[in-house]
Amino acid sequence: MSSKLAASALASRPMPVAGHGRSRRLPEVLQYVVLPLAVLLLWQVASEIGFVRRNILPPPSEVVLVWYDLITGSTDAAARYSGTWLGHAWASTWRVFVGFAWGASLGIIAGLLIGLSRVVERMLDPTLQVLRNIPVTAWVPLSLVFFGIGNAPAIFLIGLGAFFPAAINATHGVRQINITLYKAARMMGANERELLRRVILPGALPSILTGVRLSMGIAWVLVVVAEILAVRRGLGYLLNDAYLFYRNDIVIAAMLSIGLLGFASDRLVVLLRSALLTWNEKETFGGEH
Amino acid sequence: MGSISVRAVSKRFETGDVDVTALEAVDLQVRDQEFVTLVGASGCGKSTLLNLVAGFETPSSGEVLVDGAPVRGPGPDRGVVFQQTALFPWLTVEENIAFGLSLRANRGKGEVKPIVERLLERTGLAAFRTRRPAELSGGMRQRAAIASVLAIDPSTLLMDEPFGALDALTRSIMQDFLLELWEARRKTVVLVTHDIDEAIYLADRTIIMTAHPGRICEAIEVDLPRPRRYEMRSSAAFIRLRDHVTQIVRAEALKGTAPLGAPASPALVPSMTQSAQN
Ligand SMILES: Nc1ncnc2c1ncn2[C@@H]1O[C@H](COP(=O)(O)OP(=O)(O)OP(=O)(O)O)[C@@H](O)[C@H]1O
Ligand SMILES: [Mg+2]
Repeated sequence: MSSKLAASALASRPMPVAGHGRSRRLPEVLQYVVLPLAVLLLWQVASEIGFVRRNILPPPSEVVLVWYDLITGSTDAAARYSGTWLGHAWASTWRVFVGFAWGASLGIIAGLLIGLSRVVERMLDPTLQVLRNIPVTAWVPLSLVFFGIGNAPAIFLIGLGAFFPAAINATHGVRQINITLYKAARMMGANERELLRRVILPGALPSILTGVRLSMGIAWVLVVVAEILAVRRGLGYLLNDAYLFYRNDIVIAAMLSIGLLGFASDRLVVLLRSALLTWNEKETFGGEH
Repeated sequence: MGSISVRAVSKRFETGDVDVTALEAVDLQVRDQEFVTLVGASGCGKSTLLNLVAGFETPSSGEVLVDGAPVRGPGPDRGVVFQQTALFPWLTVEENIAFGLSLRANRGKGEVKPIVERLLERTGLAAFRTRRPAELSGGMRQRAAIASVLAIDPSTLLMDEPFGALDALTRSIMQDFLLELWEARRKTVVLVTHDIDEAIYLADRTIIMTAHPGRICEAIEVDLPRPRRYEMRSSAAFIRLRDHVTQIVRAEALKGTAPLGAPASPALVPSMTQSAQN
């Protein structure tokens, strides 16, 4: 019974077979769109038959129209928010990338050092483990006190959130390097620099990039938190402001915008990953597609 | 270049509250270009002895000399072939073989390209040069690993059960392959194995070790003609040697086990009294 299940799960996994590409194309596209289409349809119908009130959950058709005006400013459906989307989206994206850049790079450096040196581990790791368990949102009051209102607290919070996954995964990346490879390189005469550049860094890279991906995800969560509290621009601000004015259609448009931009950033990291890593996933189940 | 001299070497490992004596008073001389194999029961210190010569471990007492100079850490004069093939998974076969030569320490050992090319030819991996280790068979992987060590042209080869993970057929092919390489370019070789046939087939001299503590119990000169051929394995001389080695190894291994049918197994008693004292 269970082996049958496993077998059918395996069988439904499209193995990359030469020559089958074209005939597979259409059903594959369907596999991607079937869930989003179903959700949109259900949502539209629920709204049309009056299952939910339109001002509480506006139907997708309305959200699309408002979103369009939010971006282009051509129909005034979004009223005072009309045409403001690009400014908000840019403000959020910029904060995410700046915060992510400092948090993730510092995290990678700290993580590598902890992984490489027991001394650094003893000095840094306990502190980091305690700090890591404080939710980043708990830093909001203090960061507002320290940095005031504006970009600074937002970038601080995002960087802080991005730091930990990058650090932990970099440490793990160093630790899981096969000791035999390290010994082999030393036996061949590699010096410290060569060991770092040619054994440690490439060996830790898959894990480092996993950390970077998690950091990017957290950055988008925190940008919204920070913008609700600390600034007057950005998709998080737009979302909160529209909520205060009972514009749930704009709230939903802002939510979807955040989702899509977050998704695009994630794709960017994945693209970077597949450009840098051509070897890592060859032997795993997930590596086949 | 490549003589090894192990003098009165003991090695203790401190593990928590009990010390393990892996080697005790081991003396071993290996001549330049000699092919020596080490056999013995599991845990008798074969890997430890190899690691001391390689420089990954330091002796607790005694000294290890290579070409008359004490060993201070690992170095490219002593190439190590590990049981777990040491190939960088992110490099292709070709890049793996070139790895050692591209290090600063090995500058001046010749141009990288022709050396890699020659080794790819010799190991039959030329067609797989752009493959990654994960895409190779076990035997191919071990050939690539040997090639990557030979590339830096060490005077000594230290091999720890290099063919242990291979099936019997591949293993015997790899043995002939190794001998062929060695005949073409003689080096000092110390090879650890638990396969007695392999130990005799390859060696000029087979060293038998005993456990608890690890000691050298006997060294057997293998006076079979070279180059060795597969057919020699059924010759009377080979079988005589094999039976002799098997007898010693078995006798040593049995010393550590309890006699059959004894009611209170004496092997268990010491450990029980020990724990009672604790
Ligand atoms: N790093 C270590 N720490 C503690 N004890 C060790 C260590 N390395 C080896 N030993 C002990 O030393 C003894 C010899 O180990 P060694 O690995 O040299 O045996 P071996 O002859 O290579 O065995 P096998 O044939 O199973 O590989 C064993 O009792 C082992 O438990
Ligand atoms: Mg061993």
